[in-house]
Amino acid sequence: MFLFVVFALIALAAAVGVITSRKPVYSALFLLLNFATLAALYIMVEAQFLAAVQIIVYAGAVIVLFLFVVMLIGGGELDDIGGRNKKFLARLTWPRGIALVLGLGLLVAVGYGLLSGQLMTATNDAAAFGQGSVQAIAAVLYTDYALPFELASILLLVGMIGAVALAQPPKKD
Amino acid sequence: MLSQYAFIGIFAVIAFALPVIGLVLSWLIRPKKSNPAKTTTYECGMETIGDTWVQFKAQYYLYALIFVVFDVEAIFVFPWAVAYNKLGLYALVEMALFIAILLGGLLYAWRKKALEWH
Amino acid sequence: MDYLRNFFVNLARSWTAWIGGFLPDWGVNLVNYLVVGIILVLMPVIATLTLTWMERKVIGRIQNRIGPNRVGPWGIFQAFADAVKMLIKEDIVPSGADKPVFNLAPILIAGAAALLWAVVPFGRGMIGQNLNIGALYVVAVGSITTIAVIMAGWSSNNKFALLGAFRVVAQLLSYEIPMVLSIATVVLVTGTMRMGDIVERQVAPFIVVLPVAFITYLLAAAAETGRAPFDLLEADSEIVAGYFVEYSGLKFGWFYIAEYGNLFAIAAITTTLFLGGWRGPFVSVAPALGPFYFVIKSVAVIFVLMWIRGTWPRFRIDQMLAFAWKVLVPASLANLLWSAIVLQIGRQPEQLGPTIVQMILLLVGNVAILAVTGLLLGRAARRYAAQHGWAGA
Repeated sequence: MFLFVVFALIALAAAVGVITSRKPVYSALFLLLNFATLAALYIMVEAQFLAAVQIIVYAGAVIVLFLFVVMLIGGGELDDIGGRNKKFLARLTWPRGIALVLGLGLLVAVGYGLLSGQLMTATNDAAAFGQGSVQAIAAVLYTDYALPFELASILLLVGMIGAVALAQPPKKD
Repeated sequence: MLSQYAFIGIFAVIAFALPVIGLVLSWLIRPKKSNPAKTTTYECGMETIGDTWVQFKAQYYLYALIFVVFDVEAIFVFPWAVAYNKLGLYALVEMALFIAILLGGLLYAWRKKALEWH
Repeated sequence: MDYLRNFFVNLARSWTAWIGGFLPDWGVNLVNYLVVGIILVLMPVIATLTLTWMERKVIGRIQNRIGPNRVGPWGIFQAFADAVKMLIKEDIVPSGADKPVFNLAPILIAGAAALLWAVVPFGRGMIGQNLNIGALYVVAVGSITTIAVIMAGWSSNNKFALLGAFRVVAQLLSYEIPMVLSIATVVLVTGTMRMGDIVERQVAPFIVVLPVAFITYLLAAAAETGRAPFDLLEADSEIVAGYFVEYSGLKFGWFYIAEYGNLFAIAAITTTLFLGGWRGPFVSVAPALGPFYFVIKSVAVIFVLMWIRGTWPRFRIDQMLAFAWKVLVPASLANLLWSAIVLQIGRQPEQLGPTIVQMILLLVGNVAILAVTGLLLGRAARRYAAQHGWAGA
């Protein structure tokens, strides 16, 4: 319990750091810290496989991608689009407005799910989690959820084709 | 089970503490006589021109994107590989299909010359 | 289990019994964790002190030189002298650098290099922790290195460093895929991600069962550690030292230690996955021999890597990335699928490791993959030579 509180506080602090940092690289590094603490929390609920995935995919690939974009576009301090000393409403551009609405929507949905008990998870299922949840995940992912699994590969394929199309150099005829 | 990871936690603390201890130690005993010429950017003796963070080739980014796709694929392979003995023939067909679809993506990138260096 | 002729484990046991006399159980655990942790954390440092000397001697001999021979007999104290130099050297942070990130990068990379050792089995029962996700742990820790390299390259405010960081991203990311896929092949064949169990189930060393996976892993690992011929990220003649050009003193030292720590770790993991780890003659009678076999095999792998470095010229970046995506990835995917097909033949639900028949079939498939890859590569090379008008290629 004590460890959980420590990790949760670090995760929260890192999350605050992500949105308050003026440099995008710092934001990405705070996000990395956040992911690392999340991995620790996964380990605490005996989901070691998810912890490894968290590090490999999020820290090893997604953060690298973020840092990469930041390096590509420069990496200096962000200029606040609306100006720092303007009023709150004036700085609320439409992307920020949408982000705010969506964020609040997610918060409400998760909160409702938790309070109404619809988001309760399997607890203390030692048999399922004994193997670091790998066997448990494999047992359902490749049998009951075979179709979503194949669809995931289609999704990845679409992402890849999109990436190739985006990175095409301008045509020189 | 958790005690194994307690070791990893303690080990991680030691692993990251060692470089810090080393750096503190060297900070204590090394000379500290800095001057502006010493702290200039190293560029083989030339004064550096312009901003460091200039625009780079976007193609580096493509490799990163393809990497993310295949990284996720590789992650899907691991639980399959561990449980393969229990899953049986069905799993083989499933994974063959999964890999075939992604290989299609790789072939597409290949044919579009996205893997070449422009 | 029989640990009788097992000196190292017996030593650990008597130690545990001794401190158990005056410490509570959790105290014994804590002390043991700390002792094991400190020993393992020092592995990269030990690797640096020994391997730099070995590398300079080997490369020297390959290049018809003698190598270091001044400090101590045969120059074996050269590395120690270098270490002292790094420790007392002035540390310079370039004026335009981003200080927090600049200082964090060497700590992160050295820590990651040490973390790998937690799952390396030196002998039966001699492993930091036989984690249930050991193989994935190796991959996860390896991915931290990439971030540290990017941090160093970005924060230095140096064009060489930034260019180096870009090359790193392209290279490390590209070669991580074949590396992970070849690890996955081993996991598939053994049916476990525990590094200790992978060795236990390796009846025949996987280098003769899965040569494709072995070659893929070794090449990808050489690229991951940025060793020649894949040393584009630090190519001294092109971008000076790449991402850590601005580092000096011990901060540079930690990059150096991480590099050699990773070299040793890569060799150790290659040994674990493909060379049968601590297995060897008489090891079932006297398990204490295991660590020696393990170290000898690791050093042999390191020697091969040094040999490669001394022999081959550096790849161009486009050739290198093309090699990863067009050769290694398809070959390792084909190998993975072939292994999956073979494992269906005569499959037993509670099988631990491949049977003889399966191993032979695996080898046949691997040889076929190698042959096809070689043929295709040869054809591509001839086509390339024809396009560029080279004769006799």
